[in-house]
Amino acid sequence: MSENGHTTNGAVKLTRKDFQTDQEVRWCPGCGDYSILAQVQKVMPELGIPKEKIVFISGIGCSSRFPYYMNTYGFHTIHGRAPAFATGVKAANPDLQVWVITGDGDALSIGGNHFIHSLRRNVDLKIILFNNRIYGLTKGQYSPTSELGKRNKSAPMGTIDYPINPLSLAFAAEATFVGRSMDVDPKHLAMMIERLAAHKGSGFLEVYQNCNIFNDGAFKSFNEREVKEDRMLQLEHGKPLIFGKNKDKGIRLNGVTPEIATIGENGITVDEILVHNENAHEPNLPYILGRMQFPEYPVPMGVFRAIERPTYEQMLAGQISAAVEAKGAGSLEKLINSGETWVIN
Amino acid sequence: MSATTLEERTINTKLPTEELEAVTIRFAGDSGDGMQVTGGQFTSTSAIIGNDISTLPDFPAEIRAPAGSLPGVSGYQLNFSSRDIRTPGDEPQVLVAMNPAALKVNIKDLEPGGILVLNTDEFNDGNLKKAGYAANPLNDGSLSGYRVFQIPITSLTLKALENSSMPFKQQERCKNFYALGLMYWLYDRPMEPTLKWIDEKFGAKPEVAEANTMALRAGYNYADTMELFTTHYHVGKAQIKPGKYRNITGNEATAIGFITASQLAGRPIFYGSYPITPASDVLHELSKHKNFGVKTFQAEDEIAAIGAAIGAAFAGHIGLTGTSGPGVALKSEAIGLAVMTELPLIVIDVQRGGPSTGLPTKTEQADLLQAMFGRNSESPVGIVAPATPADCFRMAIEAVRLATKYMAPVFFLSDGYLGNGSEPWEIPSLDSLPEMKIKLRTEADGFFPYLRDEKTLARPWAVPGTPGLEHRIGGLEKQNITGNVNYEPDNHDFMVRLRAEKIQRMQQDVPPLEVFGKPEGKVLVLGWGSTYGSITTAVEQMQEKGKAVSSAHLRYLNPFPSNLGEVLKRFKTVIVPELNLGQLCMLIRAKFLVDAVSLSQVKGKPFKVSTLVNKIQEYL
Repeated sequence: MSENGHTTNGAVKLTRKDFQTDQEVRWCPGCGDYSILAQVQKVMPELGIPKEKIVFISGIGCSSRFPYYMNTYGFHTIHGRAPAFATGVKAANPDLQVWVITGDGDALSIGGNHFIHSLRRNVDLKIILFNNRIYGLTKGQYSPTSELGKRNKSAPMGTIDYPINPLSLAFAAEATFVGRSMDVDPKHLAMMIERLAAHKGSGFLEVYQNCNIFNDGAFKSFNEREVKEDRMLQLEHGKPLIFGKNKDKGIRLNGVTPEIATIGENGITVDEILVHNENAHEPNLPYILGRMQFPEYPVPMGVFRAIERPTYEQMLAGQISAAVEAKGAGSLEKLINSGETWVIN
Repeated sequence: MSATTLEERTINTKLPTEELEAVTIRFAGDSGDGMQVTGGQFTSTSAIIGNDISTLPDFPAEIRAPAGSLPGVSGYQLNFSSRDIRTPGDEPQVLVAMNPAALKVNIKDLEPGGILVLNTDEFNDGNLKKAGYAANPLNDGSLSGYRVFQIPITSLTLKALENSSMPFKQQERCKNFYALGLMYWLYDRPMEPTLKWIDEKFGAKPEVAEANTMALRAGYNYADTMELFTTHYHVGKAQIKPGKYRNITGNEATAIGFITASQLAGRPIFYGSYPITPASDVLHELSKHKNFGVKTFQAEDEIAAIGAAIGAAFAGHIGLTGTSGPGVALKSEAIGLAVMTELPLIVIDVQRGGPSTGLPTKTEQADLLQAMFGRNSESPVGIVAPATPADCFRMAIEAVRLATKYMAPVFFLSDGYLGNGSEPWEIPSLDSLPEMKIKLRTEADGFFPYLRDEKTLARPWAVPGTPGLEHRIGGLEKQNITGNVNYEPDNHDFMVRLRAEKIQRMQQDVPPLEVFGKPEGKVLVLGWGSTYGSITTAVEQMQEKGKAVSSAHLRYLNPFPSNLGEVLKRFKTVIVPELNLGQLCMLIRAKFLVDAVSLSQVKGKPFKVSTLVNKIQEYL
């Protein structure tokens, strides 16, 4: 095995350490970002992809420092535009596995346009959105996911902006993979990162991430150990949407409105509980699930949607092959001599 | 592809033929009247029979402004000559006006005594009112200073197509070919090239091809048999350098130039662009050539277009993004990132009138300072500017050569006049093009992302996928060599100067500025970009009269050629004509402490030769 982790036959046997850089990690102590970095570095060696074929691309914000800490190729770009840079990288070289690291301000405010268009094109990008519902790097202004009325540096009387739901936007933009996890559940997070890595197409993973400096405890009302089983719902493909300490609560539909039903009460059986199908072609049901919020509902975690369709870079490469097939590989001589020509003697 | 050679003289006629050195014609009509096609066909045919040509299409920003209205007028001016020419001509000697609005908009430009061909069918009350005519100019004596030919072009076209199976509305649309036929007869042009073009263009719709053919022939025959004109004219072959030629617009030459550069460099092109006038034709042209491995990406906006291009450059492609001035404004931050990350990127700016949305379809050169300085902080870039439509080919190659050799962004400053204008292009032999095979870094030993080439200061181009070269780049300030993030004051000072020095070193690859005329004297006319044709023609005319005036034309604007300062000092007065309020002039004055004089015009049109001659005269 050489220094960079290759055996002579090209197989890769890497460890978490191979993905760490010599750069000092500069997030605040106690930040949820550390957990996400640790899980990504843990999952990476298991993917079996040589690290030179992995690229991490980010925008601007606390989370966007991520590429500096990954010993792969990396590009820390400009605010909100990471999906555009990533699209160029992936289109140029489809062999690369391209990750986008972004935050709620980066992806949903300044970069909203690139976020939706990279998803709709189904570029094979693995987008992880660190959602802490606050602007951290600029020191505590409200973000597009901050709750209405939240008091903060730039809204001392409380925000009057209605928040955006990142998953609703991802479904609307036709993302082919949509998932959600959180920094405080490393096992689940690792599993979601693996799922995202395995998906071929535009993948979007929202990660609830605690900013212990400017928005501490943003998710604790539902994700703390004592309450999470009753207040969160683990999505599993093909299984009924059941939650609760006693596994006796479920989600069923009343028209198009979800409601909580207790199995065993009033003759309710598990048959009435909605069965999760992440492969449904239409995103209607996942959309309904994605909008469920605490305290009205348990907060769903897991894979909401995972469907297959040809990716942008595949179709782009396909057009190039088709053009070569139809016209032959480009000849400069032919190109410059095309059109109406004449000779002056 | 075989070259077309045609007999120069094609018709026998009993009418006298007058020899002319050069003619400037303007075709004008409604934007739906097909004037661009008519002008384009006249141009191709003239080029094929050996004239030198230069063209100026002039069309409205509105796709179809209300029929017959003044804003809807579309024009195409061309100059064809038996001499070497460089401009589409100042005032047309011939104006073909297909309706009253076209007459109204263009008559002020027609030279006194010029030929005026009018489609009388369109001079009805409604159209006269739309054009703002209180009285019908056909009979109120207002056109008495011109040689007017009143021809009912629409009804003659319909009559010629009596037996056509096409719907009436479509038949009417053939009238531009009828007008073209008239002009072909008047200027003794063969119809064959256009007949061939019609066949190729409308081959799938035989009834359309047939109708256009009939209209063209009918117009030609009408002029011949009716003895409409008392004379017809002949413009002989120009003394053009022997070689194989084709007609080419600047935007086509730009696209073909970049494809050629990509082939020479051995790296594929990635073109990220968002549609914008007058740059969209570059996107259209590039997207036709996917068999060269060209990847075109129509982005969601200007920022995504450049972002993707920079991403592709990071991944080893030649990253191109193309736009016009308003788009450059949106791309500024990303250009700064390409400066910081030292990636090869080319920004094509086909300039148009501004500020803001400005005059989308008209030409201007007012983005020079935007290209030079239009970003936060110290963010130097290379700048090249083609001088003529065909020169876009060469300068595209130059832009790629500089960007990849020095690992830095380079601006390619074209403009609406260059992009849409056309001229004959002597097809180069591939051997004459520069060597520029690019070698990516693959050696892991001793690799650092910001290691530098001693001569160029370029950092290595190390692309994702290369084992052992994993590294991170980004917009934060770098430490030299290691590329690590670094906020130290002295490091920043060092890096700012280093990035500036690197761009300055491109001068090693910039050819010296040549002077047209005597190397010293009273007046040097210094230009850049699309003013080349007007300036050179004006200066040549004055030199022929023995005036002590020379000219020089900058195709490299940052850095300037190394001998520029010395050239400037050899003249008493330096005049800088520009289609802006003196941007190059400002740079020249600042950099060389020369009391240069600005000669500026911002009308959305190229300089007239006569304007320049008169102004230059004042300094002699």
